[in-house]
Amino acid sequence: MKFTPIANGYSIPLDSVPALGWPDFAACLADGVRRGQRVSAYFGAAGARPDSTKLYAILADDEANQTFAGLTEVEGGSFPSLTGEITQLHLFEREIAEQFGLVPVGHPWLKPVRSVRSWTKRDAWQRKAGEPLVPGGCDFFKVEGDEVHEVAVGPVHAGVIEPGHFRFQCHGEEVYHLEIALGYQHRGIEAALLGGPDRRSLHYMETLAGDTTIGHATSYCQIAEALAKCQKTARAQVIRAIGLELERLANHIGDLGALAGDVGYLPTSSFCGRIRGDYLNLTALLCGNRFGRGLLRPGGVGFDVDEARVAEFRRRLAIFKKETYNAIGLLWENQSVMARFEDTGRISKAIALELGLVGPAARASGLACDARCTQPSGIFRFAQIPMSVQDSGDVFARAFVRWLEIQKSIDFIQEQLAVIPAAMPQPLLGPLAPDSLALSINEGWRGEICHVAITDSNGRLARYKVVDPSFHNWAGLAYALRNQEISDFPLCNKSFNLSYCGHDL
Amino acid sequence: MWRAIVARLVQGHRTIKYPRKPAPPLSDRFRGRPILADLSCPSGCQACIEACPVGAIRQDPRLMVDLGRCLFCLDCALACPRGAIAHSAEYRLSARAREDLVAPMAEDGALKAAALERRMRGLFGRSLKLRQVSAGGCNACEADVNVLGTIGWDLGRFGIQMVASPRHADGLLITGPVTRNMELALRKTYDAVPEPKLVIVVGSCAVAGGPFIGHAEANDGAGNLLPVDLYIPGCPPHPLTILDGLLRLLGRLPRGA
Ligand code: SF4
Ligand code: SF4
Repeated sequence: MKFTPIANGYSIPLDSVPALGWPDFAACLADGVRRGQRVSAYFGAAGARPDSTKLYAILADDEANQTFAGLTEVEGGSFPSLTGEITQLHLFEREIAEQFGLVPVGHPWLKPVRSVRSWTKRDAWQRKAGEPLVPGGCDFFKVEGDEVHEVAVGPVHAGVIEPGHFRFQCHGEEVYHLEIALGYQHRGIEAALLGGPDRRSLHYMETLAGDTTIGHATSYCQIAEALAKCQKTARAQVIRAIGLELERLANHIGDLGALAGDVGYLPTSSFCGRIRGDYLNLTALLCGNRFGRGLLRPGGVGFDVDEARVAEFRRRLAIFKKETYNAIGLLWENQSVMARFEDTGRISKAIALELGLVGPAARASGLACDARCTQPSGIFRFAQIPMSVQDSGDVFARAFVRWLEIQKSIDFIQEQLAVIPAAMPQPLLGPLAPDSLALSINEGWRGEICHVAITDSNGRLARYKVVDPSFHNWAGLAYALRNQEISDFPLCNKSFNLSYCGHDL
Repeated sequence: MWRAIVARLVQGHRTIKYPRKPAPPLSDRFRGRPILADLSCPSGCQACIEACPVGAIRQDPRLMVDLGRCLFCLDCALACPRGAIAHSAEYRLSARAREDLVAPMAEDGALKAAALERRMRGLFGRSLKLRQVSAGGCNACEADVNVLGTIGWDLGRFGIQMVASPRHADGLLITGPVTRNMELALRKTYDAVPEPKLVIVVGSCAVAGGPFIGHAEANDGAGNLLPVDLYIPGCPPHPLTILDGLLRLLGRLPRGA
């Protein structure tokens, strides 16, 4: 028995997802990963019997542009850990342990992910009911030795940023190991989605990670449309894609500015800080909100554009394009900037593959994965953006991939604006198909966004899994710090710029 | 070096002139307060109340909207069968008391927070150092607070600065509904700020819980844990709204603004 192919952006009846026995399921996972597939999602859901839990896995094959789904059902309070063999499962298994109280037996580092109570009566750590849970409250990996010391940072940081706790094991200035404890931003979105969709669902999607409003809303809308068998208009898909690329532009430009700021190169830092806002304001030109709130609705878009708006958009974009090139071009020819970017926080291709990294961080290490090309959905099936890949895996590569993507996103938006398909009435979203599984993968600016929905016999959401790209990539940041100066942490951190709220849900 | 100087000339001086000159224009689709334009609601119609994702609208007997809860979304406007609800362009929304954010839905206009009392204004009016605590939102509010630090806005010209330690701060600027997991850290940070201190909450999350209102995992806003001096609603509030609120609190806006 094997996993079943499932097309990105489509739904299939639940009973067509093969329910494998554990040995088959584990073999399929291991086999897929050995052949270069990535684990896009691996999560639990209520089982058919009171004491059983279903485990679903989604594999993405970037070379064959295919995705696969499989499932197994485990009894009791444990299941065998596969992390030893498939490293990229490490956090997925910890999440299953936390949400369902199942112990992944043999997991090398079984700690909570978000420090929250499980959804079942079980607890993987046998903690008592009243016992307070604090993120960062567990033991951390410790390096011992005479001159080894520990540096603890967070959850409240020095800047205006989200909370997380970082534990560095240092020898002098050198970091031997970094462990990151998250969960401070956990506000219970996955649990709140159950039984939906309802009037809050779209708002949860828009606020899973505020800087990825359009990315997550796109995936949610695709899921809802797949389950309702709703054909959205080509025009709506183009507007969504323009929104998605604007989101990428604003964030990438902001990141390059922040990287410049971190190495003390103020021209690019201050120009980009402002230019990022210009792109956010373009999103506001479309939908009134700088983060794209309200731009998407299941079935289509919340706002259309007319000729005058498109003309104004293009006029502004042409100016911003010049200013963007001018501001960012400075970076690459400044020796002091390059000296700090190059060879800092290096991640080899092999490690990137093993950790299952996604997005610009993966492409900076030479992995050819970009859902817009490798798992295209929406308008990206017809209008592709060439993939930007580097191979040095350092801060420079992560910055330069962003720069390449900025250029391509601007070109893409300009092309799309010139050929927006004619307006058609938007379809209304009907009820969702019962007993189905839907998958949506999109390339957000941080990388792969994967949503999986499972409906019950009434067409209500029985499980909604969100995998933000940050969920894959936090381990990458921790790894990048190995044998780096601790003073390089801010730079490495910004070169990933991961989401805490997207991880914590 | 040479190219950097040329770039500096190309990019020009971009700090906005506000508040000396008018505020920069907002998108024509900007959503300020949701406004009920005509009051002839058919009896028994609850369409907007039922559509609101966060229960911000109630009938009392007039329609009232709690701008502290409001996400400034499209749902009530789309739900109204008469098309009588539309968002105004009003960005000036801030209040010193939570109940001041509840207003008749038929009313437009600014909500203007009163300035600090004389003594506090003397202390903070020209120099306000804030420690930002992010406590469980979506990070968009943080992003728009950060925008105020960019050259376009240059918050520093008002003497307002985000500082790295609560010990150096005159108060907290809180975003997010305050998750259970951040409660302890927020309390400790608050305790570490020397007296007298201010608490400013930014965004509907920190005001009332935002999209996560009612979740057991969070606190429905910082006001349930700490005394709040200034509420700035929005999801997220536009940078201009945040700046407007801060300047009002410090009494730094020209009369009539
Ligand atoms: S704008 Fe949205 S959140 Fe605000 S009152 Fe209307 S429906 Fe409710
Ligand atoms: S108020 Fe809205 S924008 Fe601000 S943190 Fe909460 S959800 Fe995000």
